[in-house]
Amino acid sequence: MTSTTSTPIDYATVDFSPLVVVSGDEVVTHSLVRDVPLSGGRTLALLTLDNGRDHTRPNTLGPVTLLEFSAVMDELTARAGRGEIHGVAVTGKPFILAAGADLSKVSEIPSREVGKLLAQLGHFSLGKLSTLGVPSFVFINGLALGGGLEVALNADYRTVDESVPAIALPEVFLGLIPGWGGSYLLPNLVGIENALKVIVENPLKNNRTLTGPDALKLGIADTMFRSVTFLEDSIRWADGVIAGNVTVSRPNAPGKIERLVKWDAAIGIARKMLESRIGTVAASPYAALDLIKAAKSGTKAEAFAREDDALADLISGDQLPASIYSFNLVQKRAKRPAGAPDKALARPIGKVGVIGAGLMASQFALLFVRRLKVPVVITDLDQARVDKGVAYIHGEIQTLQDKGRISSDEANRLRALVTGTTDKADFADADWVIEAVFEELGVKQDVFAEIEKHISPTAVLATNTSSLSVEQIGAKLAHPERLVGFHFFNPVAVMPLIEVVNTPTTDEATLSTAMVIAAKLRKNAVITRDTPGFVVNRVLAKLLGEAMHAVDTGTPFEVVNGALASFGLPMTPFELLELVGLKVGAHVLDTHHAAFPDRFFESTNLHRLAEHGKILDRNSSGKITGFDKGAVKIVAGGTTPITAEQILRRVEDGLADEIKRMLDDDVVHAPEDIDLCMLLGAGWPFQMGGITPYLDRVGASERVFGGTFHTPMVRGVGSAAPASSTPVLS
Amino acid sequence: MAERTEVVFVDGVRTPFGRAGEKGMYWNTRADDLVVKAITGLMERNPSVPGERIDDVAIAATTQAGDQGLTLGRTAALLAGLPVTVPGFAIDRMCAGAMTSVTTMGAAIGFGAYDLAIAGGVEHMGRHPMGAGVDPNPRFLSERLVSEDALNMGATAERIHDRFPEYTKDRSDRYALRSQQKVAAAYEAGKIQPDLVSIATRSAAGWGLATRDEAPRPETTLEGLAGLKTPFRPHGRITAGNASGLNDGATACLLASGGAAKELGLSVKMKLVSFAFAGVEPEVMGLGPVPSTEKALRKAGLSITDIGLFELNEAFAVQVISFLDHFGIDDDDPRVNEYGGAIAIGHPLASSGVRLMNQLASQFAEHPEVRYGLTAMCIGLGQGGTVIWENPHFNKKAAKR
Repeated sequence: MTSTTSTPIDYATVDFSPLVVVSGDEVVTHSLVRDVPLSGGRTLALLTLDNGRDHTRPNTLGPVTLLEFSAVMDELTARAGRGEIHGVAVTGKPFILAAGADLSKVSEIPSREVGKLLAQLGHFSLGKLSTLGVPSFVFINGLALGGGLEVALNADYRTVDESVPAIALPEVFLGLIPGWGGSYLLPNLVGIENALKVIVENPLKNNRTLTGPDALKLGIADTMFRSVTFLEDSIRWADGVIAGNVTVSRPNAPGKIERLVKWDAAIGIARKMLESRIGTVAASPYAALDLIKAAKSGTKAEAFAREDDALADLISGDQLPASIYSFNLVQKRAKRPAGAPDKALARPIGKVGVIGAGLMASQFALLFVRRLKVPVVITDLDQARVDKGVAYIHGEIQTLQDKGRISSDEANRLRALVTGTTDKADFADADWVIEAVFEELGVKQDVFAEIEKHISPTAVLATNTSSLSVEQIGAKLAHPERLVGFHFFNPVAVMPLIEVVNTPTTDEATLSTAMVIAAKLRKNAVITRDTPGFVVNRVLAKLLGEAMHAVDTGTPFEVVNGALASFGLPMTPFELLELVGLKVGAHVLDTHHAAFPDRFFESTNLHRLAEHGKILDRNSSGKITGFDKGAVKIVAGGTTPITAEQILRRVEDGLADEIKRMLDDDVVHAPEDIDLCMLLGAGWPFQMGGITPYLDRVGASERVFGGTFHTPMVRGVGSAAPASSTPVLS
Repeated sequence: MAERTEVVFVDGVRTPFGRAGEKGMYWNTRADDLVVKAITGLMERNPSVPGERIDDVAIAATTQAGDQGLTLGRTAALLAGLPVTVPGFAIDRMCAGAMTSVTTMGAAIGFGAYDLAIAGGVEHMGRHPMGAGVDPNPRFLSERLVSEDALNMGATAERIHDRFPEYTKDRSDRYALRSQQKVAAAYEAGKIQPDLVSIATRSAAGWGLATRDEAPRPETTLEGLAGLKTPFRPHGRITAGNASGLNDGATACLLASGGAAKELGLSVKMKLVSFAFAGVEPEVMGLGPVPSTEKALRKAGLSITDIGLFELNEAFAVQVISFLDHFGIDDDDPRVNEYGGAIAIGHPLASSGVRLMNQLASQFAEHPEVRYGLTAMCIGLGQGGTVIWENPHFNKKAAKR
């Protein structure tokens, strides 16, 4: 982040034409104005933002759009000066105010300077809402995200439709900051704590958004109207404000005391929260914090100049392109999985069978019944286990009902759909049977061979194995073509990824069924080949194996724990090991070592640590305080410690090597699929782009295989790219 | 039910009426949205009426398909935010749809079944052109049950000119001109605007707000009218100038029992006296209001001379003239359509009945000397409808002056 002081400039003197050059195919959101009669013979100029498309292509704000808006604002300012209009209001096309900046254009920005122009143009254009000479209003009629909400923040007054589902400043989620006034205007409108919630907290909570009522409560909107007559009511309200009959109070606007006492303290708390939740690698949340902190005092012009510089830094940095790359994977590629067969081949599912009634199996049953709403039957070795499983599922349904997530009718419906049995004959009419039994090849083989006697010839069989060969699991089946791997991640209800494992014998109808089911479960599915660890576990095994190997050879826990800090991962290797369970972790390392003995480490120490039960010391609230003494003792004795730098290099190069091998072996078709798996299955950060953009930009790809995963690389224009693969920018 | 319950007209509103078609202000506005906004506007004007006390919602439309289908009264009630406990239904009697909503709800109140009801209508003739999708039984023509002209409203109006040669085209045009002039004067005096609910409208030029009727042509001249084409016959008499146009609009009114109005402290604008519908030969459907009015007067025990104010739907000038002529009233009698009529304002078929009532209610307030007024209209396929109202502001002293 550049630390030079930002100096306000007169935006009217700026030449924005370099931005227009990169906006050749912008879908322009037009600024359409019609006059509306108000009381007392006054007139309101009503501006509609409309890109001429339906609601599936929301209004976006690109350079041409902003310049048109700016020109229209100039006309309206002139008309206000002549006394022809007495107010200006902005609203959107049906369901949409605006969804913010057009991010498809960001990757085409050729330099930091042009990136800065984009920030300045937003300020120049939207800022005119406060200098019209008459009151300005924004009627938030629908979706208002990022720059779309900043349109509203730049106006004098705001109304909101009570049915608006999504109002947010999601910039931080994407590696940006609210840079068209939001970082300054919002805290000064709604107070420091509310602003932090909207700008920093919500984006990091899986990009949470606000509803109309939320926006009213926070003070973003001055008043709210019901949808049926939202525009009519908003116009009438604006009429009242202009006529002086309506007074607007803003109880959340920060006063002197808030600025003196609360402001910096709130920033400090937010910073600590950020550091503990996401570490310090991601740049944009901290850039946002700095801007919000500075919004406490000074002029608007100064604040806008600070936003210009912060945005220019981020736009030209490496994290934003990686974040947008990640966003596109999650939003687009995840919705259209690579290699998915025709959906029409999928078998209809009228009943689901779950083999096993343990916790994992019960979680499957719950998810299937909630999403598919078909009968789900679970089975286990004895009635007691079955009863326990059904009771667990019924309890979870009750919890959903108690929380108001489902109605009592719906709860009754779901409860009635879940049954348990010890008689495999009850699986006869199941169309989809998934197992969640002990992770042992022989057990799984026998379970499927047994159930096959009872089920219909067209029923699909799915295994949730994480480490075994799916093809081997089907070795005793009469019809192995109906078997597919269906690998969930824990916790089943939360994690959005399923690795769908396509064996050499799996037929198209089975694969299609698995993909369609995954979508109905509202999960994102990636098709992988039947290779050890599939994608996520193989990548994690590489990383964890290196970490444990460093420990095993004498490197202190502390050194290993901090060695990968520059990744910005959600957890250190040892936290991750404890989360998945040390036993499971040791097993994962073993299976990978067995499959690829020359590339994956096994760790005897990890087995001993698993026996011991823990690695990390935690206080009563679960916060990590250090390393467990017993654990430290267990791993003592290594004689060839390495440095943090060496570990980082080994992990980066090791990952580049392994991922290259996976792609060469066609485990998945493209590096994008590896990254999608790591984003969704392991929660790896957007700013890394999953993993391959990171490996390219740190030079690991070049070191290991003399190339890059992406051409051009996914990185910012302001970075010093390695000479061998500088992306060509026109 | 030994005694008849008193039925009162508490309040009525309407949307501004638009010109039908692509250039009209409601081209991008749904029909159901129009009537929903009329209902919300009505409820907002009467905040002391608890939504859950509404016993029924009757909404009329001639073409009950698409955005005018799906049991409009029920869907409109839900969309307007009335409680789910409030039922609703749809009504069709072509041009007299809203009038039939009122008489049906009024009858239910009079019988004692209901305390409060919403009645209204909507017609988006741009989205639902007249006659679209109809499938008349071939027997109508094969058995000569009706003449070929019966299904073409303009042709039925020409037939009235045929039947009464003394109703000349010039006389129709003069009537039409006065309608335009009276509407312009009423707007000028602010008589129309109070009962209009503004509607946000979307066009290629962005959002706007409809606050006035779109159809009136205050610049109309007799010469201009004389030169208009006669689309229904070569050298005919019916023109776009002496007939109502094709329009989009919606109306809604609140009816109550006398007891409920008193209980909730609602002001009463009119009291229902009697109503009647009657049939005539379909090919002269414009004559329908004559027998329906005679019937309604008879039921009320009144004579035409007791009626102090008339709100007649101007489907065609000649059809109003035939009514006035039958009852011996001058074409330019000041008691008739004081604010002008459908020739200028427009006639979105099934919505118009309540517009007549809104205007009569306003005139009642201005005319305490008048005790009774009537609203009447002709109806396609040869019908007429009449509702007789009593003025609650009636004052004997004023009447004597």
